[in-house]
Amino acid sequence: MNTIVCVKQVPDPEIPPAKFKIDPETKKVIPPAGVPPVISVYDERAVEAACRLKDKHKGKITVISMGSGKASDVIKHTISMGADEGFLLEDQAFENLDSFGTAYVLAKAIQKIGGYDLVLCGRQAADWGAGQVGSILAEILGIPVVTLACDIQAADKKFRVKRTVKDGFEVLEAPMPSLVTVSSEIGLPRLPGGVGLMLARKKQIPVWKAQDIGAEASQLDKANAHTEITGLSVPTRKTECEMVTGGTPGEAGVNLAEKISKLI
Amino acid sequence: MGSHKGVLVCGEIAEGKLSPITIELLGAGRKLASELDEDLSTLLMGSKAGGLGQDAIAYGADKVYVAEDSLLDDYNSDAYTRVAADLCQKVLPSIMLLGHTDVGCDLAPRLNGRLGGGLAMDCLAISIDPATKLLVSTRPVFGGNAHATMVSKSARPQMATLRLKVVPPAERNDSRQGQVIPFEGKVDPSAVKVKVVDRIKEEVEGVKLEDAEVVVSGGRGIGNAQNFGMLRELANILGGAVGATRPACDEGWAPTRLQVGQSGKVVSPKLYVAVALSGAMSHIAGCLGSKVIVAINKDKEANIFNVAHFGIVGDYKEVLPALTAKLKELKSK
Ligand SMILES: Cc1cc2nc3c(=O)[nH]c(=O)nc-3n(C[C@H](O)[C@H](O)[C@H](O)COP(=O)(O)OP(=O)(O)OC[C@H]3O[C@@H](n4cnc5c(N)ncnc54)[C@H](O)[C@@H]3O)c2cc1C
Ligand SMILES: Nc1ncnc2c1ncn2[C@@H]1O[C@H](COP(=O)(O)O)[C@@H](O)[C@H]1O
Repeated sequence: MNTIVCVKQVPDPEIPPAKFKIDPETKKVIPPAGVPPVISVYDERAVEAACRLKDKHKGKITVISMGSGKASDVIKHTISMGADEGFLLEDQAFENLDSFGTAYVLAKAIQKIGGYDLVLCGRQAADWGAGQVGSILAEILGIPVVTLACDIQAADKKFRVKRTVKDGFEVLEAPMPSLVTVSSEIGLPRLPGGVGLMLARKKQIPVWKAQDIGAEASQLDKANAHTEITGLSVPTRKTECEMVTGGTPGEAGVNLAEKISKLI
Repeated sequence: MGSHKGVLVCGEIAEGKLSPITIELLGAGRKLASELDEDLSTLLMGSKAGGLGQDAIAYGADKVYVAEDSLLDDYNSDAYTRVAADLCQKVLPSIMLLGHTDVGCDLAPRLNGRLGGGLAMDCLAISIDPATKLLVSTRPVFGGNAHATMVSKSARPQMATLRLKVVPPAERNDSRQGQVIPFEGKVDPSAVKVKVVDRIKEEVEGVKLEDAEVVVSGGRGIGNAQNFGMLRELANILGGAVGATRPACDEGWAPTRLQVGQSGKVVSPKLYVAVALSGAMSHIAGCLGSKVIVAINKDKEANIFNVAHFGIVGDYKEVLPALTAKLKELKSK
């Protein structure tokens, strides 16, 4: 089973909201100093899903990431988890692409790699979180897509995918190859072991530019973008919070009970 | 692009009726259509869709396209994408609206990929820019830490999925006139590559999270599955439901269907008790509609205190038993 996983490097989404800063002029986020970027949460789960399939069925996991040079760190992280190979898609022409541009570049790289049974994406990137690159990518590749997977099994040249819906689950049967987007319900990602970390340290991550994957300039031209960000703001919400106290935490709890019992 | 005109709402049918989000979308769509002085149409799919045509007109649609096919009774990604894409290619809407629901989350991005439009997911607001007449969509980014506005200058249709309950539902007016038009977009079964083999409904014990008047939610700070029982005890006394943050669900302390937030459930109870959770924007997105928010957290800097009405800084293990016991006493009076 050959799987290609698309992973994105994002500013750490777990910083406290007070540390979150933007530049409204350039409509960019100012990453907090000293906090290294990380692999997007759902993409790490997608790598976990790929590793579970590899544990069972053998095969190869190839990871691609479009981003700056530092994004090779997240590719190395996936190799420490069990991925076999990774490619960094880095080119000035790839910067600030919209969802269609991103999906186009990923599709070109995937077509170059070829020979895949499964393409995995996260359900949503943890930064701009457009929530659509996986589905657009599947349309470009001309393969079926299943979104929001929480379990993926392979048998008889087919996938059996469990996906989350509001009131429960759906079980779907998809042919090979298909694209699946992964949700957090699939479970926690594995921690890299010593061997994985060593392999990752040694691994070379080749860089592919637009010409290496045959990406056409017209498709990357910002003038042809499907969507454009016109504004970015931080919503201000500040409620007057009445702090309830007491001699002990228990007493505070009793005082709180008095206040809220009237509300319900 | 010049030939694209009008607003198309992709409707949803639930239990034989137009679903609540559909009525909200018709309200929002009517406003956009009026500002553009264009038509509002809607697409309804399923073997009984025709019977709801007049309802959609009463809620504001000028034209209702009904695709009646039993293959469309339950959501199937391949079948829905095919029919909706065929209709869009025929009708050429300038704007297409969907709900940010199970259906919309799956259908909208795929449809967009096929049509080559411009899509904004999970919108909190949509409007028409008076100068350019473009659709302006506002959506949360960076886990809700920021809001972005987006436009699609040339790609059509301009698409958006709207979050539930961010716009008021359309008002019903049975004297409205409109047309119900059968859409002969029969689904070719061979186009359905992915088959639904099973649908599993999870039985919910007690009050449903989305309907509960009181929600007691726990986060990573709860520490283990057993202590989640303390939250359940408090919820039981108040006749409420238990919720959880994503890390708490990840750890298996609470089932994933209890996740509250941007990628979980949106609740709007009278009382939301947030215990040992930091109040990340992506969590708060799911409970901001609550009337009163109460926070218990040992870190006085935690963001949850910025949105709470009442707060206690302290260890929940000490606060909660006393709170629960006192409420039990007050309730029994
Ligand atoms: C795209 C995206 C979507 C997301 N969607 C969701 C979503 O839908 N729902 C969601 O919940 N999250 C979501 N997240 C994750 C979110 O960003 C946070 O990671 C998460 O909400 C944090 O959960 P927490 O508050 O339980 O954990 P933490 O942030 O670790 O907070 C734990 C808190 O517990 C307190 N604490 C610890 N021990 C005690 C004690 N004994 N007594 C009292 N207080 C204590 C600590 O002070 C701390 O404030 C999403 C993230 C992204 C990027
Ligand atoms: N720059 C990128 N490099 C690799 N994969 C990406 C990139 N951007 C998006 N993806 C993939 O597409 C998914 C959905 O992204 P989005 O539609 O932007 O929310 C992510 O979870 C990734 O799997």
